[in-house]
Amino acid sequence: MPQSDLLPGGAPGAGGPLIRFDGVVKRFGANTVLDELDFTVDAGERVTLIGPSGSGKTTILRLLMTLEKVTGGVIWVNGEPLSHMRGKGGLVRAGEKHQREVRKRIGMVFQQFNLFPNMTVRQNVTEGPIHSLGVSRDEANQRAEELLDLVGLGEKIDAHPTRLSGGQQQRVAIARALAMRPEILLLDEVTSALDPELVSGVLDVLRGIAESTDITMLCVTHEMHFARDVSHRVLMFDQGKIVEEGPPEQIFGDPREERTRTFLHAVLDHG
Amino acid sequence: MAWDWEFTGRIIPDLLSGLVVTVQATVLGYALALVLGLAVALVRRVPVVGPLLHAVMEFIRCTPLLVQLVFVFTLAPGGISAFTIGFLVLGVHYAAYTAEVYRSGIEGVPPGQWEASRALSLPAHRTWGAVVLPQAVRRVIPALGNYLIAMFKDTPLLFAITVGELMYQASRIGGVYFRYLEAMTLVGLFFLLVSVPSAVLIRRLERRYAAV
Ligand SMILES: Nc1ncnc2c1ncn2[C@@H]1O[C@H](COP(=O)(O)OP(=O)(O)O)[C@@H](O)[C@H]1O
Ligand SMILES: [Mg+2]
Repeated sequence: MPQSDLLPGGAPGAGGPLIRFDGVVKRFGANTVLDELDFTVDAGERVTLIGPSGSGKTTILRLLMTLEKVTGGVIWVNGEPLSHMRGKGGLVRAGEKHQREVRKRIGMVFQQFNLFPNMTVRQNVTEGPIHSLGVSRDEANQRAEELLDLVGLGEKIDAHPTRLSGGQQQRVAIARALAMRPEILLLDEVTSALDPELVSGVLDVLRGIAESTDITMLCVTHEMHFARDVSHRVLMFDQGKIVEEGPPEQIFGDPREERTRTFLHAVLDHG
Repeated sequence: MAWDWEFTGRIIPDLLSGLVVTVQATVLGYALALVLGLAVALVRRVPVVGPLLHAVMEFIRCTPLLVQLVFVFTLAPGGISAFTIGFLVLGVHYAAYTAEVYRSGIEGVPPGQWEASRALSLPAHRTWGAVVLPQAVRRVIPALGNYLIAMFKDTPLLFAITVGELMYQASRIGGVYFRYLEAMTLVGLFFLLVSVPSAVLIRRLERRYAAV
């Protein structure tokens, strides 16, 4: 893995955490998914979110990506409120323009890849830089080539995504997210939709990125070995609350909470 | 009444000129239906204006094309040719249908495509123009093609407002010579000759765009 400036770095040292959830409430109708959730993530930190299905992990990432709106509370990114902006008399709900600006610092890789099937691999990777960052086409192309080499798909640059395997598509999606030079990378069960033999290729790429950059990562995964290798901290969720948190050695090696133990047993039995 | 080949030969040129008008009205009306329908499908998503437009389109779909043609023809100011009124009414009428087709195409684009566009901070014109519409239109090409054939088969209604299309020519010939057999048979034949290959072509498109 190259150590160059190819990959985005962490946040400029603003002091304080890069991400702060401050009493965040999220409801879908009568269903309260997150109830006054507080947690912080530092710049350059890699945090893994684990927990049973339905515990709100995806919702947390989607809130950060502004794909969902908070019901209450505030999410701060780099000292800026994500879902709100400073208005007269305190914080007001953010408009679309403010959200687009904050969103540029955050990249997301989805479980189902969500590549644009009507575009080539190259167009998928250059679309964001050209049309939302205003990067020149030449520069975007060059960066796309470098990133596709990095994920081992340099020779597929002019292929259509539908011609690629799931593992290859997901690696393109990773390149697409990195092309935006995000400070924060959100990964939502990025290997769950893959055939088992394709999982390790994707995880290797992510390990490489984790080792060679100081990009902040929030990662939801059931791949416990991967989580142990790359993350600085693990958050165990249940029913929208943090049950337990700590370094991976402690959470996986010596979990304190019964809930964590049963969850890990269940996952390890199936994996 | 026996078939008269010599008479058939004599009326073919007039009928062919009618067929040209029929095809012209179809092409122009269809182009209008494609563009206007897309515009309607997009504006329908706008609050207040959208539901209003939807009501107008519902009204258009619920009244017969023939009535619309005669109504507009009667009320239109002088100086506008019957042909112009004909293809405009055809186009607007069918836009009410193509708008629904586009709408279903847009709704068929998976939510993940919108979310990926959002995650890349794409501006609205790229999300629509480069991601959503290309995928939406692709999946409705066969349905749009079916409306082309349907519209083509509706063009004889233009006869009612004196547009010199195929049906008009045939009945004019019938009226002059008191012979309808040859002219009407040829009308049917001409319609078949255009419709059947078009239908085959559309089935092919359907298969080609079925994937993705
Ligand atoms: N768009 C939505 N509408 C309604 N309920 C939702 C929606 N998204 C998530 N939920 C609910 O929120 C809860 C948490 O879901 P999610 O964040 O996907 O959990 P996880 O990723 O941990 O499995 C679940 O009960 C789920 O049914
Ligand atoms: Mg999830």
